[in-house]
Order: sequence, then structure tokens, then C-alpha cells
Amino acid sequence: MPFEEGEGVASKAKDPKKTIKRLIHFLSPHKAALFVVFTFAVVSTVFAVIGPRVMGRVTTILVDGILAHMFGTGLLTDFRRMGWLVGILIVLYIISAITNFFQEFIMARLSVKVTYDLRQRISEKMHRLPINYFDTRSQGEIMSRMTNDVDMISSTLSMNLTQLVTSVTTLVGTLIMMLSISWLMTLASLVVIPISMYIMVVILGKSHVFFSKQQEALGEVNGIVEETYSAHDIVRAYNSETDTETKFRAANGKVYKSAWKAQFMANIVEPIFNFVGNLGYVLVAVMGGWLVVQRTITIGDVQAFIQYIQTFTQPLGEIGAAGNMLQGTIAASERVFEFLDEEEEVPDPQRTEAEHGAEPYSPKGRVTFENVKFGYTPDKIILHDFSAEIEPGQMVAIVGPTGAGKTTVVKLLMRFYELNGGKILIDGINSTDLSRKELCDIFGMVLQDTWIYNASIMENIRYGSPNATDEEVIAACKAAHCHKFIRTLPNGYNMILNEEASNISQGHKQLFTIARVILKNPAILILDEATSSIDTRTEILIQQTMGEIMQNRTSFVIAHRLSTIRNADTILVMKDGNIIEQGSHDYLLAAGGFYADLYNSQFSDGIVEEEAIAS
Amino acid sequence: MSVVFKYMKPYTWMMMCAVMLLSAEAYLALILPGFMADIVNDGVITGHLSVIWRNGVFMLGITVLAMATALITGFFTAKTATGVANDLREAVFAKVLRFTNAEVNKFSTSSLITRTTNDVMQVQNTLMMAIRQFIYMPILAVGGIIRALERSTTLAWLVVGATAVMLALMAILFFVMLPKFTKWQSLIDRINLITRENLSGILVVRAFSSQIFEKNRFAVANQDLAANEKFVGVTFAFMTPIIMLILNLTTALIVWVGAHQASAFRADIGDIFAFLQYGMLIIFAFLMISMTFVMVPRAVVSAGRIKEVLDTEGGIVFKKNPVPLPADFKGKVEFRGVDFKYPDATAEDDNVLTDVSFTARPGQTTAIIGATGAGKTSIFKLILRFFDVTGGGIFVDGIDIRDLRKEELHDKIGFVAQKATLFKGTIRSNLLYANKDATEEQVRDAVDIAQSTGFVEGKPEGYESNVAQGGSNFSGGQRQRLSIARALVKDAPIYLFDDSFSALDLKTDALLRAALKKKRGDRTIIVIAQRVSSIMDADQIIVIDHGHVAGRGTHAELMQNCEVYKEIAASQLESS
Repeated sequence: MPFEEGEGVASKAKDPKKTIKRLIHFLSPHKAALFVVFTFAVVSTVFAVIGPRVMGRVTTILVDGILAHMFGTGLLTDFRRMGWLVGILIVLYIISAITNFFQEFIMARLSVKVTYDLRQRISEKMHRLPINYFDTRSQGEIMSRMTNDVDMISSTLSMNLTQLVTSVTTLVGTLIMMLSISWLMTLASLVVIPISMYIMVVILGKSHVFFSKQQEALGEVNGIVEETYSAHDIVRAYNSETDTETKFRAANGKVYKSAWKAQFMANIVEPIFNFVGNLGYVLVAVMGGWLVVQRTITIGDVQAFIQYIQTFTQPLGEIGAAGNMLQGTIAASERVFEFLDEEEEVPDPQRTEAEHGAEPYSPKGRVTFENVKFGYTPDKIILHDFSAEIEPGQMVAIVGPTGAGKTTVVKLLMRFYELNGGKILIDGINSTDLSRKELCDIFGMVLQDTWIYNASIMENIRYGSPNATDEEVIAACKAAHCHKFIRTLPNGYNMILNEEASNISQGHKQLFTIARVILKNPAILILDEATSSIDTRTEILIQQTMGEIMQNRTSFVIAHRLSTIRNADTILVMKDGNIIEQGSHDYLLAAGGFYADLYNSQFSDGIVEEEAIAS
Repeated sequence: MSVVFKYMKPYTWMMMCAVMLLSAEAYLALILPGFMADIVNDGVITGHLSVIWRNGVFMLGITVLAMATALITGFFTAKTATGVANDLREAVFAKVLRFTNAEVNKFSTSSLITRTTNDVMQVQNTLMMAIRQFIYMPILAVGGIIRALERSTTLAWLVVGATAVMLALMAILFFVMLPKFTKWQSLIDRINLITRENLSGILVVRAFSSQIFEKNRFAVANQDLAANEKFVGVTFAFMTPIIMLILNLTTALIVWVGAHQASAFRADIGDIFAFLQYGMLIIFAFLMISMTFVMVPRAVVSAGRIKEVLDTEGGIVFKKNPVPLPADFKGKVEFRGVDFKYPDATAEDDNVLTDVSFTARPGQTTAIIGATGAGKTSIFKLILRFFDVTGGGIFVDGIDIRDLRKEELHDKIGFVAQKATLFKGTIRSNLLYANKDATEEQVRDAVDIAQSTGFVEGKPEGYESNVAQGGSNFSGGQRQRLSIARALVKDAPIYLFDDSFSALDLKTDALLRAALKKKRGDRTIIVIAQRVSSIMDADQIIVIDHGHVAGRGTHAELMQNCEVYKEIAASQLESS
């Protein structure tokens, strides 16, 4: 998944004021630290700014001494006074360095802490959001908040914030120092600044044009890349490699055309800044020399002034850059806060101490649907009034065409979505009266999408039963018929499954997830029978294992096999999200509804077919 | 990084010019303090205004020259960095285009996209910085030391000493930091991995109420990352003040020692000024070099990822001297005892296809049916030679497809993939994708067979209607029909439809098949289907079960004698 760096820079915040307030509020626990940081930043800068001035004095003493000596009018250089001044200078610099260090040290730790906090909050928030949040958002969107936006905030905290303070202090301090030396020279060097500013604005304006052209062209290139790579088969099958390449080359050429100009523009900013700096340097050298000859100022002042003029242009650029970054940071913070402010799941029921202390609840597995009403969006109700009573140990088969919403029932059982009406009772207890943990502990789920995470096989199977011993895990694997297979793997149970778990076949992954459920030993099972890309032997194993663990347990099976459907105690027939029929196989066949229709149509030489053509 | 250097070769002369110009620029920057020294020595102290003016004008001239060289270097650098990026992007793209399925799967599509776009950009950005900082700054530093030594040895040794301290400090910092920087990326990857896992497994996490577990798992990774960030941050917090302190103390020392020297007439006052400048220039140079080094590890990783793509060779080699297809090519497709296993499969994995034999004849519709994952799509991928068979052979008109030229083979096939994707452009540009020379009549005919005339001509802009990337502005059914039409515009003897009617309702499905039979009845048509209803009228149905041919015949025959087929038909309760 591509994560553009600096994506945040370009975007603007919708409500910057509110976000800034939020950001300040978010940082308020660190008020004291921030205060220290800013104070130290100012102190350190002030001391650093005073330095050249003192150094100038030293030079003046030296030159005076030498001149005096040359013209034989007095004593040699006053080394005692000079020694004092150099001593003061060294102390100034050391203080400046120490405060600077502490400021950076505190800020570095603070920014790491804040970043850690933000990441942790985003991650934890994910687990508290209702499932339907994820139905409408792409994975990339949430990932981008975790990576790009947090990075942006982090780098602003660690660099730009103090940079801004230091830059402003330097700018003001330097200006004061320069004025204190000679207003004439200051004026002369300040004349340079508007010129340089003007040049900068022109260049930045131009470069902005090229940069947006480059972004646009890059967007086109990325589009072609994505389109081509995801339709790789078509491109190859239609002999379009050369054509596609031509198309790509044209777009890529456009990128190059604007990219080098944009980069060139970005490249010349520094030389031009240097030039302006040097221009000031020359101006000051000439003018200062003249003034010294005129005896208006001392030579040390000129030297100090030269140092100031060189540091003067620097903070200007820095303030500009930091301002730009801040804008991006505010936009990034807005996105992060937006996510953190999303509405969370309905909280678990509050219970008194006494209720908590009650006997641990041991579920039997009776499930009752009572006038259940549900829609993914309230204005589109798909389950209108669904009721059913499932006795402990019964098997429910859910059947229906692809996309009919077979998993909806499963999701409702586990309260991934809130009902719009009615209730679901487990052993007579309304599922909303149970905590989510209690509720989920009752269920074991094996979905078609086998979910494996980057850890050892042992840990993957222990998922959901963190207290299980190694022996228990092995026992579960034996029950799931995958113990022998695991033993043949390099490192056995300690083999690390990689990200896409591509080092293990789909079938074995399915067996691992079954072992996971066996280990959890739930009262009610939810199984998805669909098995894709699984070899014969493994599929037989899976079937066998599923059959075994369903014994004596209430089970909901998203059924794909005729044998399962026939043996089910209750069949829920789903179509377009709705449960349209329910009952046993024989009952439904006799009833002659949708189920019977579908079941029969497969065996009656294409009734559907001819109807379709005739119409 | 070697790959980047290789791609820099065409820009060698530009780089040579850049190096020369940067040397010139450094030289100019270094002689500037000399003029300043002269102003002080010969102008200020002696009171000669003309010397001040003359030197001032020289300095101005040098400044202008320095800027000019910097501008030209900027031009060469920009051209080189973006040029290298451009060439790399093109090379990666061209390489991926010629990959077969096996290589694409090996990297994954999303990773290939990242490598073509982000990684190349990363290299470009670093190159941009590095060319200037890694060439200019060392020249400046070395030149500065030489110039300083020329002026006054004692003061120069101060500068050299300070430089040595700086160098030692940088070396230590570099060795302390480099591992942390290298580790950084993997720690961020870990955070991303867990976040992605949590997002993709959100249902599982909830179902097992593992929120606490996941929170802790994330916290561990987050702490590792934070610890690393803290280390880097704190080290940097040390670095800047110390570098500044060294710089400042050096200037104080230069003045102090210089004063003694000057008083003893062993140095000029102007020299002290010049030395202050040299000291600053040199230390600044080191600062910039160390800052730029920070970017290098990430760029090295990116370059490595690019190289990986460029170094991957396609697994399928087409013959040097292929057999030409006969002029009266009919389009008979024959599988003779085909075995197939994915190239990255392990020894214990079963074959995807085992001993598959059948013949699809011109004028007939051959249907392939079987459960998901039974190996149906692999059959098409083998006909298109996206993979090679591991046993047996596939023949068209009796010629082994491995003896054919890629272009010739694909020219004879109209292929409609399972996932219907269109390309950015217009409806027309999509329809002409496979046959640029198609007549208006051919286009309309194809659209008509694909049952698309209604919605295409119903659009205000008709055939010129805009198609967004991937065809996202069309419904699944429309996309599917347009991709069928696209295949039909190409007048191919063999048509392959991979579950291409799935998004169509039964009626459209039936009409389309009827039209197809009428207009393209003389071709070899092979259809993969899930719906029994879609293939009941096929001339021949091949039932694939776990990679084996479980049955072959017409619908009626199979309903009599094929258990698997009967079971599939029954299970259509599920997927009709």
C-alpha cells in the first residue's frame, strides 16, 4: 500500500482554530516541560547571540593594542582584559550549549512520549469502534493516520516547534545587536532583505507551479502503474505491453519535465540565500571598513556585525519552512483527532459488585431470536421481524446465494452490530446484558478468511486463550488433526507464520483456526464451510474435524455442502439480506417456497434458463 | 545502491561538470575570507579606502560567480536526480510488464506499486541532497584546511584540531546511530504490520475478545519504536549543542591565540578574521554532511527493493525460433495430460491440476465447472502461458504453445478475466484496446453481443463517455459486459471467458450467450462458470474437482453419471 510521504503537507485543515485548541489541550499535561523548553530555547539563543559582540570587543582590544604598538603611542595589548572577555565568552557559550542541550533533550523525550501516546490511542481506538465504522472506511485511510499523520506531528514537535522559538529569538536578538553596533550598517544590510524576499517569493511561486505540475503528472503515472499492475493479465493477454509502455513513457516524461524544473527551483533557493548573505557580507565589509577608518565604530564591531549578518538570513528561511510544516501538522492533527473522536461501541453494561462476584456463568447454548429487526443503515432494514428458538446442541444451517448476507446473522449473534429492534437471548439472558467479553467467550468462530498473525504457530493457536499451556495447545492441534503436520515443519510449533502466511497452505491455516477454537472450547460454534484452494486430503480432514467439534454443541454453519444442509436441525434461507424461510430440510421442501424452488430447479433441466430466454 | 550508480552512468558527464563546478564554488567560497583579511590588513588598519573598495568589488564579483556556479550545478543535479529516477521508474515498469503471474505473486501487486512509485521517489530525493552535500562539503572542508595551513601554521593547527575533534565525534555518533537508523524502518514496518493485521482481523479480534492482547502486542512494538526514537532524539540533543560549542570555542581560541601571535607580529589581524571564517565553513560542512547521512539508510533500503525487481527474471522463456501458426488457423485447443503446480509450491503441496486432458473444438462451447479453488482459472492461465505446465502439454491446432511466439499466441485469443477491469479513457478507447483498427461496425456488433448497446448509447456521450481508472464509474455488470465486448472487438479464433457472466442477471446472461452463439458460433469458446444454469447448453462440460477431470459430457449426461456434477448442481442453492 503506498503511503505518500508528506501527503499531509499539501492538505489544509478544515477548522484550524478548533484543531489548534485541541492540540494545545492535548499537550497541556506537558505544560511544565514545554515551558522549560521554551525558556531554555530563548536563554540559549540569547547567550549565543551575545557571543559575537563580546568577541568583537576582544578583537578591538587586540587591534587597538597593535595599532598603539605600531604608532608607538602606548602599551602592548591588554591581555588581562582580553583574558577576562575570552573567559566570559567561553562561559556564555557553555551556558548556551547546556541550555540548548536540555531544551533539545526534554523536547526529544516529550515528542517521543506524545507520539507513542498518539499511536497507542489510535490503535486502542480501533478496538473500540463499532464494526460498521470499518465497513465504510478503507484500511489505507486508517493506516495513513497511524503513519503519515502521526509522523508529521512527531517531527513538528521534535524539530519545528522549538525551531520556531529559536528562530524568532535569533532574529530579534540579532537585529537588536546589529542596531546596537551601527544603525547605518543595519539599514544597509536590511535593504538586502526585501530584495532577497522578493526573489524568494518569485522563485517559490515558480517552484510551486512546477511542483503541482509534478504532483499532477506523478498522479497520472501512479494511476497507470496501479491500473496496469492490477490488470496485469489483461495487458499481457492482449499483447499490450508495448502500447502500455508507450503510454507510461509519455506520462513519465511529463513527470520528468516538471520534476527537474521543480527540483532545480528548490535547488537554487540555497545558493540565492547564500548570495544574499554574501552580498550583505561584502556590503558590511566595505562599509564597516570605511566606518572604522572614519573612526565611527571599532574593528571588533565590524567583525561581530559580519557574524550577525550571516546568521540573520538563516532564521528567515527557517521560519518560513516551519510555518509551512505547522500548517501541515494542523491538518494532520485534525485527521487524528477526528478519528479519536469517532463514536465508540455501546459500552458494556455496568454491574454492581455483587453481580460481579456471582458464579462464573456457564453457558448451555440455547439461542433465542426475538422479533429481531436489523439494517446496516437504519433507513434500510433488512431483517424485519425474525424470531427463532435454537435448543442447546442443535445445528443451524444458513444458506443462500452469494451476497445474501449470510454472515449478518453471525455478526448479530456476536453483537458486532447493534439491533434496531427485538433482542437476542442466550440461555435466556439478553445479549446486551452481557459484557462483550462474556458474550464472545460463549462463541467460537471459524471464518472463511483464515486470520493468522505474525507469530509462531503455538502463539497463533493460543490466540484467544492466552492462559493455555503448551500441552493444551498440542492437544487441541491433535484434535484438529494438524499435530502431525506441524511436527514436520521446520521448528515445529515455533515456526513463525509470515505476514500473508504464504509459507503455509490455505487448508492448514484453516486447520489452525479450528484448533484455535477447539482450545477455546466455546458453548456455541460459528463455522463457515466455504473452503477455497484446499487440497483433497486437507479438505476431508477439515470436514471431519468440523463434524467432530460440532457434536454436542450449538452450531451455526454457513453451509455450502448438501450433507450439512440436510442434517441441520434448522435451515435459515437468506436472500438479499433477509431471512425469507426457516425450518428443516424436509419442512422447507414440503412448503414449496424459495428453498424448494432453488433445490428443485437444479435438477429439472433449466427451468430458470428457458424462462429467461423466453422473456 | 549499486543499481543507482548503474543508472547514473548516462549522466556521467553531467556529474563531471557538477564536480568541477562544485570545486570551483568551494574555491570561491574559500578565497572570500582572504579578501576580507586584505580589507582589514591593508585597508582598515592602514586607512586606505581604495583598498577597501577594490577588494569589496572583487568580493562582490566572487559572490556573483559563486552563485552562478551554484545555479548551474543545481541544474545538473536536478537533471541527474530526476533523470535517474525517471529511468529507474521506466525500467521497473517495463520489467513488471513482462513479469508472469509467478513473479507478480512473489512480490504482490501492492508491493510492486510501492516499488515503482515511492521507492523511486525516495531515491530521487536522497540523490538530490547527496550530490551536493557529499561532493561540495568535503571539498569545502579539505580546501578550508589547506587554505588555513597556507596562511598561518599555528592558527591552522587550531582549525585542524577542531576538525579532528569534530570528525571523531561524528564517527562515534555515526557508529552509534547507524544501527538505530537501519532498525528504524523495520520497527515502523512492525507497527504497520500489527495495525494492518488488526484491521484485517478486526472481527477475529472481537470474536476472541483479544482487545487487551492486541493492545499489549501493539504496545510492545510501539515501545520498541519509541525507545529507538528516544535514543536517536537524545543523541541528536547531544550533537547539536556539542557541535556548536566546538565551533564557538574554536573561534574563541583562534582569537586568543591569534591575539598573542599578532602582538608578537607572527600573524596579521586580517588572518584572524579569515580563520574565523574558515573555522565556521569547515565545521558547517561537517554538520551538513552528517545531516545528509541520516537520509542514506532509507534510500539504500529503497534502492535494494528496486534492485530486487530489476534482478528478477521472468520464469517463462519464449522460444528464439518459434513455429509460425498456419494461415488457416482454426483454433482447436487441446490439453494432453496436463499437470500443473505453482512455481513457488513446496514439494508436499498437491498439484493444482493433475492429468487434465480435453479438446475444445472450433464451433463448440466448452464449459469448465468445479468448486472454488478446483483449478479452473489455472486452465486459462496455462492456455495464455502465464504459467508453464509441469507435465503434459497444451496444443493449438496441434502445435505445442511453448513453440509459439508470445504475440502470435495471444493474438489468437480473446480473453475475459474474472475481475472485469477497464482502463482510464473512454468507452471507445477501451473497446479498441485489443484491436485498434476495428471498424465502427465491428465495435457496435461486439457491444451488441455483449448486451451493452442499451446502456452505452443511453449515455449522453455514448461511446465517448469517460471511463475512470479501473472503470470504477461503471457498475460491476456493466464493467463485465464492456470487458466482454472488448474481447469480442478482437476477432479471435479462441475466446476464453473466466466466470465472466457472474455479475449478470439470469436474463442478460441467457441473451448474451444466445447472441454469442449466433454471431461467434464458429469459434472455439471456452467458458468457466459457477452457475450450472449458464453452461447447461454447452456442447461439452468439463467437471474439475481438486485438479482432476471428474467428468466430461453434456449436462444431461453428467446429471446421469457424474457425482461431483450432481453435487455442484445441488449446492447451487448457495451460489445461483
